[in-house]
Amino acid sequence: MTGVVIVDNGGGNVASVRYALERLGCRAQVSADPAVVAGAARVVLPGVGAAREAMRRLAAAGLDRLLPSLTQPVLGICLGMQLLAAASDEGATECLGILPGRAERLPGGPERPVPHMGWNQLEAPAATPLLAGLRPGDYAYFVHSYALPVGPATIATCHYGLPFSAAVSHRNFHGAQFHPERSGAVGARLLANFLALAGPAWS
Amino acid sequence: MRFRDHRVVGDILELAARYRDAGADELVFYDITASPDGRTVDRDWVARVARLLDIPFCVAGGIRSVADAEAVLGAGAEKISVNSPALADPELIDRLSERFGAQCVVVGIDSQTVADGATPRYEVYQNSGDPQRARGTRRATLDWIREVQGRGAGEIVLNCMASDGVRGGYDLAQLGAARAACGVPLVASGGAGAAEHFRDVFLGAHVDGALAASVFHDGTVAIPALKRFLAAAGIEVRP
Repeated sequence: MTGVVIVDNGGGNVASVRYALERLGCRAQVSADPAVVAGAARVVLPGVGAAREAMRRLAAAGLDRLLPSLTQPVLGICLGMQLLAAASDEGATECLGILPGRAERLPGGPERPVPHMGWNQLEAPAATPLLAGLRPGDYAYFVHSYALPVGPATIATCHYGLPFSAAVSHRNFHGAQFHPERSGAVGARLLANFLALAGPAWS
Repeated sequence: MRFRDHRVVGDILELAARYRDAGADELVFYDITASPDGRTVDRDWVARVARLLDIPFCVAGGIRSVADAEAVLGAGAEKISVNSPALADPELIDRLSERFGAQCVVVGIDSQTVADGATPRYEVYQNSGDPQRARGTRRATLDWIREVQGRGAGEIVLNCMASDGVRGGYDLAQLGAARAACGVPLVASGGAGAAEHFRDVFLGAHVDGALAASVFHDGTVAIPALKRFLAAAGIEVRP
């Protein structure tokens, strides 16, 4: 197992994730090839866009069955994190089923436009390796209309009308609802922590 | 801002790094002559900015198709902003939103105040990046704000032309009217001259963001001091 692979699922943030890892000294490969993904030391599942389309693309590449079987550290970002769950209300989509629960639409309001777009504070980051060095109140950059409710895999929350999962960890599967690649020093720390997780060496 | 030759691009990378380090929350890059000149913003340039920045950034300039947007987003931009091309082809907004999601699709609106009668009217302008080719569209700004949301815009940047470049403060009346018509994030543009203007637009027009260029470029307003000022005024800002 070598290298870090970013799953190319046609989403918009593949390049920015790649550049963020590059800034940490990690040259990641972008691929949708199951053999390449399976052989990676670390897998990042980014995602900007709609759940149904993203699952369709993963299924077309044969990744919908591969991803849940992976044993190396996996990081889902934004929609990529939601895809780890059982389902999403967005387009009534069945997802990868790695985590329990389903992504629900954020409640909008006069003072709370949806998509939730912008910097918001992390609450109660757990003392886990993925969140080492992150503090309550740290700002991260969010862009999303759906979110995973707080559940057993939640390791940090955020509040937008209601509390939701800002980050999750379950076995070797991790997720950030915010965009670490666009969250300044806070995001860079999470990505560095992900690269430093126990598992096969990536370089 | 024009960024068509490499010298200017170098300046812009330097500026981008400076704003990143100063704590800017988002950078927007306007290639304002792209639409009037019939060009699309240069993709290599977007990739160079994307490598450098660890904060969100939006690119605007002559994006006329899903393929144009795909190139800019694929090069690492978070969002694309469309203005004149959306006026020429409003369904462009639907296509972009369907393909990339509303969160990627910003609609920029240049709006001029037309004072004929007791209450001011607001009218959308096109090609405003080039004074020679700028023209009114006869579209009412508030109608256009409603229409673009219906078509899938995830954010609106409203540039109030009457206050733009004057540094006398944002156009609170127009932005307040826009806010009432806008259920997606609304970003104020045009008129920032001092820290107080930012405070006033957040408190007075309830916008989600305030955009400024020249006061930051020339150092009239320093971002760290501005953020401390806004926090002291009770406005939530990322330190």
